[in-house]
Amino acid sequence: MSKFSLITKGLLKENPTFVLVLGMCPTLATTTSAMNGLEMGLATMFVLILSNIVISLIAPVVPDKVHIPVYIVVIATFVTVLQLLMQAFTPDVYKTLGLFIPLIVVNCIILGRAEAFANKNGVWDSALDGIGIGLGFTLSLTVIGIVREILGSGSIFGWKFITGDGILAFVMAPGAFLVLGYLMVLFNKLAKK
Amino acid sequence: MAAKSNLTNMALVLTAVCLVCAAILGVVYVVTEEPIAAAAAAEAQASIAKVLPEGGEISEELTSDAEGVDGYYVQTDGEGAVCAYAVKSTTGGFGGPVTLMVGVLPDGTVFNTSVLSHTETPGLGAKCTEEKSHFREQWKGFKGKLAVTKDGGDIDAITASTITSRAYTKAVAQAVALVKSLEE
Repeated sequence: MSKFSLITKGLLKENPTFVLVLGMCPTLATTTSAMNGLEMGLATMFVLILSNIVISLIAPVVPDKVHIPVYIVVIATFVTVLQLLMQAFTPDVYKTLGLFIPLIVVNCIILGRAEAFANKNGVWDSALDGIGIGLGFTLSLTVIGIVREILGSGSIFGWKFITGDGILAFVMAPGAFLVLGYLMVLFNKLAKK
Repeated sequence: MAAKSNLTNMALVLTAVCLVCAAILGVVYVVTEEPIAAAAAAEAQASIAKVLPEGGEISEELTSDAEGVDGYYVQTDGEGAVCAYAVKSTTGGFGGPVTLMVGVLPDGTVFNTSVLSHTETPGLGAKCTEEKSHFREQWKGFKGKLAVTKDGGDIDAITASTITSRAYTKAVAQAVALVKSLEE
């Protein structure tokens, strides 16, 4: 597989949200606005790339029976590092996303990529896989966020184009499921061609 | 691929991984401790300054037994006369506790309010954090009856968020009550 396709497969063929359907909890919870989706995607990508790199390095020496606990410790460490860094240097972002950052630990995308890719492949390929899947996740979350923000609040990235309220249901949980479902249909229809 | 498992290598690898991770976390914690404290302090200062008139000196945090009051600050002019109070007040909202910083003048007039923390519904109750909205603007200089119009007061509630608006109003009322009791 070429290096370039390692990145692009995360966007289309193995898009984590629309094709693999992984990490639904943060997807549904944080996409109330485009900016929140984007930030959550980037935070997850940061953890994904680093954990992929480290896991591909240590995989050969990790005994099979303890590989899950070892991976979880590695992932949890990066998430905590990220959380502390965000708290210290981007307190505003932390205020909106803080609640969801610890949940990255149990995001199945990250453990999924560790199991399915990083522990069988080299460092370089694993890093690219992290970038690709991370970009795919970020892009999906941002698109869902944009749709929900347009319909629910009448704004894009915080810039309001209507006065008053949008369709409130789209900012709340039912809207998240609806938008995700329709986008998944649309994505798979377009991707098949 | 993965090494064959036996008790020795399992224990060794897990211990080593945990030690390294703990060390990394320790370093990051030490490095970020100061900026986190600074950011929290700056935020508290900014929220106090936002709800008080400009100038004057702001005291350290004082505690009170009054219901729902987490603490308050007194703003004095150069000669020690009280200009205003900033009260940290908490009530139960729709989704959990709502904590406000309320600036109150000695005569009980609300100077300004700001939201410190909340878990209200995004798009509904969470609108109480939008600073330019009518709901927030009406608090500036407010001295009418502290209840939403539905309950016979003078506060226009946020559309479809009466519970949040009531909680907000109650938090302000707690702050005003504290200031009145302090001024007596």
